[in-house]
Amino acid sequence: MTELLQGVLVAAGIAAAVLALAWASSAALAVGAGRPAATALGDPLLEVCRLLRQRRRTTVSADVALWRLGGWGLLPVALLLGALVPWGEESLVPTSLGVVWANTLDVLVWALVWLLGWGANSVAGLVGGYRFLALALAYELPLMFALVAPAMAASSLDLAVIAGSQEGLWYAVWMPAAFVAYLLGVLGFAVRGPLSAPAGQETSGGVLAELSGPDLLVVRLGRHALLGAGAAVAVPLFLGGGSGPWLPDPMWVVVKALVLTASLAYLAGRLPVLRVPRLLEIGWVVVLPLVVLQDLVVAVVVVT
Amino acid sequence: MTLETVLLVAAALVSVGLYGALSQQVVVMVMMGLELMIAGVLLALGGFWWFLSPDPSGQVLLLVVLAAMTVEMATGFAIATLLHRRAGSDMTDMAAELHE
Amino acid sequence: MVETSGVLVDVAFWVCAAVAVGFGVLVFVVDSMARATYALALSFVATGGALLLMQQSYLGVIVVLMMVMEMAVMAVYMVMFMGMNPALMPMSMVHSHRWAIGAAATTFLLLGSGAVLVPWPVRRGAPAPDVTDALGRAIMESHMLVMMIVGPVMVATIVVGVVLSSARTRYDRLGDDLDQPAADPPQEVR
Repeated sequence: MTELLQGVLVAAGIAAAVLALAWASSAALAVGAGRPAATALGDPLLEVCRLLRQRRRTTVSADVALWRLGGWGLLPVALLLGALVPWGEESLVPTSLGVVWANTLDVLVWALVWLLGWGANSVAGLVGGYRFLALALAYELPLMFALVAPAMAASSLDLAVIAGSQEGLWYAVWMPAAFVAYLLGVLGFAVRGPLSAPAGQETSGGVLAELSGPDLLVVRLGRHALLGAGAAVAVPLFLGGGSGPWLPDPMWVVVKALVLTASLAYLAGRLPVLRVPRLLEIGWVVVLPLVVLQDLVVAVVVVT
Repeated sequence: MTLETVLLVAAALVSVGLYGALSQQVVVMVMMGLELMIAGVLLALGGFWWFLSPDPSGQVLLLVVLAAMTVEMATGFAIATLLHRRAGSDMTDMAAELHE
Repeated sequence: MVETSGVLVDVAFWVCAAVAVGFGVLVFVVDSMARATYALALSFVATGGALLLMQQSYLGVIVVLMMVMEMAVMAVYMVMFMGMNPALMPMSMVHSHRWAIGAAATTFLLLGSGAVLVPWPVRRGAPAPDVTDALGRAIMESHMLVMMIVGPVMVATIVVGVVLSSARTRYDRLGDDLDQPAADPPQEVR
């Protein structure tokens, strides 16, 4: 019974951490886009109150089941990503295949965002959903190959083992191409910054166009939470997990995740949105070969 | 969960897939039926591995079946695209003749 | 991690089985192509879950990953070929419906009776302590031939897929002598 209680408490803590990271992501994005810091920090609360009271909108002949599934599924995926991260010694769900599960969760976002665009039965949503799939094809393969690099260097697919094997030098330092490709993937599955065309102004909001009220709140929260959770997964993969001088391990994981989320969101706010056809070309012709070369370098280092 | 129950479920999947593969008119739906059949085969293989002989070669066979499924799907969709572009339709009946 | 006896595992297995077969039937019954595609995706996720219950952790998670990605892309193809919108409309495009049901029922009876009546042998050996590690070593050491064949086959499949379905070639993009500057954006036909 006490184990169950402990598990529930840890799960609640992880949910709180992911929500805090979502808040940090929202604030940093707003600051990057030019709003003053005070409003950027307070806006999420105001938006939550506003959207909870807003009336729900429906469209003609919408596929409501798929639409709500797409929208409400984003936040659970972010929470599950948070459950994979080893916040202390091990994660809430200790598994020897943490890297592959993280990959599976971010592939779920493919289905969810497309369903979000499709279910509304509106042009903007359909265009946004299709653009998202094209975009996903561009960022997903570099992301998958980037996940191979830390796993190779640590000889394990377990996030806790990878976090523990970065004594001295973080993987982000000597695997920069993999780190950058991973962060690009995080921006991609959070549909943020340079990769936010599916939800961007060019298509009047894209997949977000027909949402309102609690549905819109859950999707916006889900996008920020995905960015935060993706950054949290990067901590054991590339930033040494909980290692650090004075604070205990869980605190270091939270601090690193917060700093990475805020910087990533700030950058996302500053950079312009890239067009999807151009991204496809850059992703397959430039980023993917670079990441594969990075994997080769890591393999050579590990063998020698 | 015994070998018999796992195999029964796999047989059910294969049967449903067979119904789809035989009865659907649209090429893509036929392929979905084939996918269900291969899912049944995968489940049966997994059951045999676990209940009869859990050494790594069995898992390698599973990987081969998974790879075969991927190849089949990719090629099938490429052919369906080509068919649609040439004949303007996606029905299996109209694909019976190669000439116009 | 998980044992294969015990009530919890049995319940989980029957849930996976019900979802897999139920959603498999739904694929051919629902009113919209997107629903059919994602019903198949859920069926596969349940199959992956059943594999996970049988201690094949890596293969189970790989099945889930691959199938969700494949269904997401397949949905685009479905809509492209059949031109349907998200509104739900009853669609039933079948031929020789009764023959197909008969064949399916016969197959199930045959395979099912085989599954139940055949005297299966006793289990030989025990699984390795780390199944994923054993699989990796097998595919890299004793079964390296499989790896060497699957790799080029995948590359060949990519090439076949692109060649069969591509509407334009590099001559469309770069001119007749391959010397014109590339069209921008690259997907535009010259």
